[in-house]
Amino acid sequence: MKTYKEAFSQLNRAALIPFFVIGDPDFETSLEIVKTAIDSGADVLELGIPFSDPIADGPVIQKADIRAMKSGLKMAKALEFINKIKEYKDIPIGLLMYYNLVFQYGIEKFFIDCHKAGVNSVLVADLSIDDSDEISGAALSAGLDTVFMVTPNTKPDRMELIASKTTGFIYAVSVLGVTGSRNELSSHVEGLVAKIKSITDVPICVGFGISSPEHAVSVAKAGANGVIIGSKIVGFVEKNLNDKTQMKEDISVFLKSVKSALSDNIL
Amino acid sequence: MKYKGRYGNYGGFYVPEVLIPALEELENAFYKFYEDPQFTKELDELFKYYAGRPSPLYFAKRFSEIVGFKVYLKREDLLHGGAHKVNNALGQGLLAKYMGKTKLIAETGAGQHGLATAMIGALFGMETKIFMGVTDIERQSVNVHKMKLCGAQVIGVEGGTGTLKDAINDALRYWTAHVSDTFYLFGTAAGPHPYPAIVKHFQSCIGIEARQQCLDQIGRLPDMVVACVGGGSNAIGIFSGFYDDKEVRLIGVEAGGRSLAEGKNAATLTEGKIGVLHGAKAYLLQDKEGQVFDTESVSAGLDYASVGPEHCYLKDTKRAEYFAAQDEDVLNAFEALTKREGIIPALESSHALAFLMTHKNEISPDTIVVANLSGRGDKDVSIVEKYRPLK
Repeated sequence: MKTYKEAFSQLNRAALIPFFVIGDPDFETSLEIVKTAIDSGADVLELGIPFSDPIADGPVIQKADIRAMKSGLKMAKALEFINKIKEYKDIPIGLLMYYNLVFQYGIEKFFIDCHKAGVNSVLVADLSIDDSDEISGAALSAGLDTVFMVTPNTKPDRMELIASKTTGFIYAVSVLGVTGSRNELSSHVEGLVAKIKSITDVPICVGFGISSPEHAVSVAKAGANGVIIGSKIVGFVEKNLNDKTQMKEDISVFLKSVKSALSDNIL
Repeated sequence: MKYKGRYGNYGGFYVPEVLIPALEELENAFYKFYEDPQFTKELDELFKYYAGRPSPLYFAKRFSEIVGFKVYLKREDLLHGGAHKVNNALGQGLLAKYMGKTKLIAETGAGQHGLATAMIGALFGMETKIFMGVTDIERQSVNVHKMKLCGAQVIGVEGGTGTLKDAINDALRYWTAHVSDTFYLFGTAAGPHPYPAIVKHFQSCIGIEARQQCLDQIGRLPDMVVACVGGGSNAIGIFSGFYDDKEVRLIGVEAGGRSLAEGKNAATLTEGKIGVLHGAKAYLLQDKEGQVFDTESVSAGLDYASVGPEHCYLKDTKRAEYFAAQDEDVLNAFEALTKREGIIPALESSHALAFLMTHKNEISPDTIVVANLSGRGDKDVSIVEKYRPLK
């Protein structure tokens, strides 16, 4: 199984990391979409498991969660989904989800089953570093990497603590706010990446609000190891619910444009 | 954070990283000011002259006759705004002022907390936004209008079932994007630490007063204290005054809704199991995978899938007992108090009275009960009219 370390070190540019909600709008279409993303140049995948109360997410991902849940996406299905993706290609997969789902599944069993399915890391959006011990031991002993968030308002000493507990990558949140595409790239990006780099060698991937090839290039130039794009892409799902060919086409065209922009900016 | 905010296994602060600095700032400010002489003097004066504290303890003689034991009502319904919510809104509003914040946001279910926050926003000249589910906006339109009159902006939340849980989701999302200048005036003794501690502190006046009033007016402590529980702020406020009086039974009454079937009630402590929602580990109404159930109750203020962490702890340690009252019994209690005493109780508070009526045969005649009448029922008149049209 390909690790983050391998994935990042093999690239001489920032990794392209699209985000999808598993099962959005339904299991089969979701599978086709993610395969399309892989074929269009995704280096790493960030996948969400839908939750009834996603407080870190804006309207686009909220609606995706609702679509996925309505289509009957359950935890067992989500793990089966990941398995199928891994059979298609050995690409690193990070999960992004909410704590109650992990908690109800049983923390140790959850990470063991995630590892079996081929998951590299699980970022729990509503579990801060203060309580990371509730999952870190289970994650590491199951063979997963840990990923935690750093935000523009995270203080330096806390950043150090977060870095010391991170084995995968730091998820740098570019904005003060929830997920969602934005016209302008957050002014925090450059400073935030620089600050994190000054205290740790742990890889940094930037997410929240990244919505165009230009944004992605700016993030790469700031020194990030990866660019995570969620709402912008999930928006293509929402926009084309009645035309799956167009849905895949839009996602493919967009991802290729970002990939090509990133490839022109070799580090 | 300085403290863990734990009540046994419950509580904590399970929030995205971006909110940690805001909670830290709040925790710092609360522990800096809550015993500060200037702060407490100012708050005491607001309690007295603005809110109308102390609220009376009233012996409801004619209601007592139908249950067969003595029932005293702690009249939080007489406070400005019509509910206990003003205590917490004044406390947190003053804290916001001391912290130099200029904007308030709040979630609301029945609209009582929204109204209290809108009042305090007007009082302190702060820009106020209230997040409220669209279902609740419809069923509590009078309170919505009052909030707007006070100058608050009411933001309709469409997610989920358009009730309290969804309003909290959106308020948290908004706060994430506006943490630097905005104070989140949380309405109940739930949510992430330090809110359960803060809300309890500002509501503890209910229990402190009630205990002293019992001693002064009755000459002894009550045998039982009853309060409704949604998130649990009025209950924790009155219970906390009697924690050390082990002989006093503390009883919380949740919304049994239409039935105890999944999604048809909000009886979290009775029907839920431990989970994590809105920043706290607590009992939670959820499916096997951890997806949170929609809830249902005749009272918007109790229509919530989780509950304050301290109540979970009080339940597990058996210091307090929790029951569920179903909508029909609640409406009976609403009518009984109105007809027998001329006091129109909030549907939330009617849950506490419903427990007394449905359990009257198990309670001996020499029992003295204090029921927290947490709010008045003017806001509920049209709802009751729908369920029980006047002939």
